[in-house]
Amino acid sequence: MLEKLSIPLALLTVLSLIAYNQWGTSSQKFSLAAPELTTVAPGTYHHRQSGEFLRSGRPVDAPMIEVDFRQAFQIMKYQVSRAEYARCIADGACQLTFGQANVSEGKADNRPVTGVSYADAVDYARWLSRKTGIAWRLPTDAEWAYAAGSRFFDDATNLETDPNDPSRRMLSKYKQSIELDREADPVVRPRGGFGANERGIFDMSGNVWEWTETCYQRSRLDEAGNVEPADEGNCGVRVVEGRHRSYMTFFVKDAKSGGCAVGTPPDYLGFRLMVQEKPALLSVQPIGEWLKANL
Amino acid sequence: MITRRTALMTAAVAAAAPTVLSKAATASDESMTPAGASVDLSNLPRKKVKLVSPPFVHEHDQVAKGPPSVVEFEMLIVEKEHEIDEYGTMLQGMTFEGTIPGPLMVVHEGDYVELTLINPPENQMQHNIDFHSATGGLGGGALTLVNPGEKTVLRFKADRPGTFVYHCAPGGPMIPWHVVSGMSGAIMILPRDGLKDENEKPVSYDKVFYIGENDFYIPKDESGDFKRFEDIGSSYGDTLEVMNGLIPTHVVFNGKVGALTGENALKASVGDNVLIVHSQANRDTRPHLIGGHGDLVWETGKFNNPPQRDNETWFIRGGSAGAALYKFKQPGVYAYVNHNLIEAVSLGATAHFIVEGDWNNDLMAQVLPPSPLERDVTSAYKSKKALP
Repeated sequence: MLEKLSIPLALLTVLSLIAYNQWGTSSQKFSLAAPELTTVAPGTYHHRQSGEFLRSGRPVDAPMIEVDFRQAFQIMKYQVSRAEYARCIADGACQLTFGQANVSEGKADNRPVTGVSYADAVDYARWLSRKTGIAWRLPTDAEWAYAAGSRFFDDATNLETDPNDPSRRMLSKYKQSIELDREADPVVRPRGGFGANERGIFDMSGNVWEWTETCYQRSRLDEAGNVEPADEGNCGVRVVEGRHRSYMTFFVKDAKSGGCAVGTPPDYLGFRLMVQEKPALLSVQPIGEWLKANL
Repeated sequence: MITRRTALMTAAVAAAAPTVLSKAATASDESMTPAGASVDLSNLPRKKVKLVSPPFVHEHDQVAKGPPSVVEFEMLIVEKEHEIDEYGTMLQGMTFEGTIPGPLMVVHEGDYVELTLINPPENQMQHNIDFHSATGGLGGGALTLVNPGEKTVLRFKADRPGTFVYHCAPGGPMIPWHVVSGMSGAIMILPRDGLKDENEKPVSYDKVFYIGENDFYIPKDESGDFKRFEDIGSSYGDTLEVMNGLIPTHVVFNGKVGALTGENALKASVGDNVLIVHSQANRDTRPHLIGGHGDLVWETGKFNNPPQRDNETWFIRGGSAGAALYKFKQPGVYAYVNHNLIEAVSLGATAHFIVEGDWNNDLMAQVLPPSPLERDVTSAYKSKKALP
């Protein structure tokens, strides 16, 4: 028990040191200015949770939860661009993207970077944190959804699961994916090409999906509909947000597929980061990631 | 005056020339006007068939209602650009009737197929048609070579039943190039008394779908993006180079990645007996219905051979068409794939069936939904190796 308690204490000490180092110094030694940010105001938000939910072993729509964002947070106004990502490649801190031979330094290409995995996004956040003196991380699914506002897609099927017929849900999800499907839109647009949402954040739910920090989780509901305590989830698979929610293995850079899996894959995978505000104990997981990445 | 078109046609003939020296006979060096005793078919009934775009098939009787007849078809050769994936990759296509694959023609054994083949003046290339179901004259290729602005009429007797490929074969490297540019389709010649199972018992289908599989070879530019060409002629050189490497950039059903998924998924109901005709004019393939089977499969497509029963995957030889009959027993979404899964998932060879009906728990049930592990299995990983 003592051992268990001592870990958070050690963590706190480390965190306060980081806080001092990262937020307490002048920016002179940092070589990059922070990218443009948008501040998302505090508020409460009803969120359709990510992950899979089972009741009596049958998949059901995720329950809505109320998320309370007590503090404002800052998120990148635009997705990370090719030019920005190219600097990280040039520094030897980021991997090459998938299918983009044209991502190179100095090209001033402000189109969003695509063909990047979750691991690439984490590498980039680590590099950018070093360069700017600001701690960056991916948003969680709920943070992304709150920031996306009206651009967030609620993936509830509103379908009662028939315990005797698993095909009904399969068919209705397939039909939903058909309805969601739109005109083929293969062209990655210049920064801002999909416009801003009501919060002034650009290009959410365009044709570049964004990695989030959130792990794939399977939860169980009891008969009353309460979520039973869940395991830690499968962090090898992360939530990807965009025109519809998707789940991707962390090292996948290209979601394109011939469509063997039922459902529509994201057109492109990219990301935007948010500022890790003063370490809050409430978001231990991202800090843990950040620590792993930076220490 | 040498126009772009005549220049191209000269190039086509020049490209075909080396084959005169080789053993391969081609349409252009064996083009002929046959002489022989004329055949009087004036007493035979004639009927005109309007072809429809794949995966659908024109209306037809499964059991012939009358004596053999002359069945008239018309096909327009259309050279035009085709989008072949969801990313807007373009193929300078050559097609029968404007579709990839060309339409499925259906007649009965003993019928005469009479095809009017039209090469509109808008086209740049010479074309012809080689029916694997026809006898003599390079399958008709030697009798049908038409320049832009010409038409020709070919008649052949459907003297054996089965599913057969037809394709363009205008000589030399033009042959594979025209085929991998989309110029193939299939004909189904039904026995007059319809299909039979391996015990000679008559069988019929409620629905028939035609799936034509294509391998495409799209050149890339210096930055790795697929190239787009001004016209069919300018795509030739680069395409030939990719093609001769034998590694396709796309393997698709019905001309485009996703042509038979989503909104265009094939639809059926539980209890439907569905006949799937699958052709590949150039390259081997191995269709598989995920979650289903082939109840009766004519792997080589020839109905005088008894069908195989209960196949999991069947083999379609490059240059042939096969047929599989399956009665859907369970509702849901099925994927019909080329079971080289790389070609199915990464290159595009996937179709979907949406099947409505009632679930049968006797055939399948989920006994335990995904649940936490209650047993320690770490011992199985004791010797697991990894880089330090």
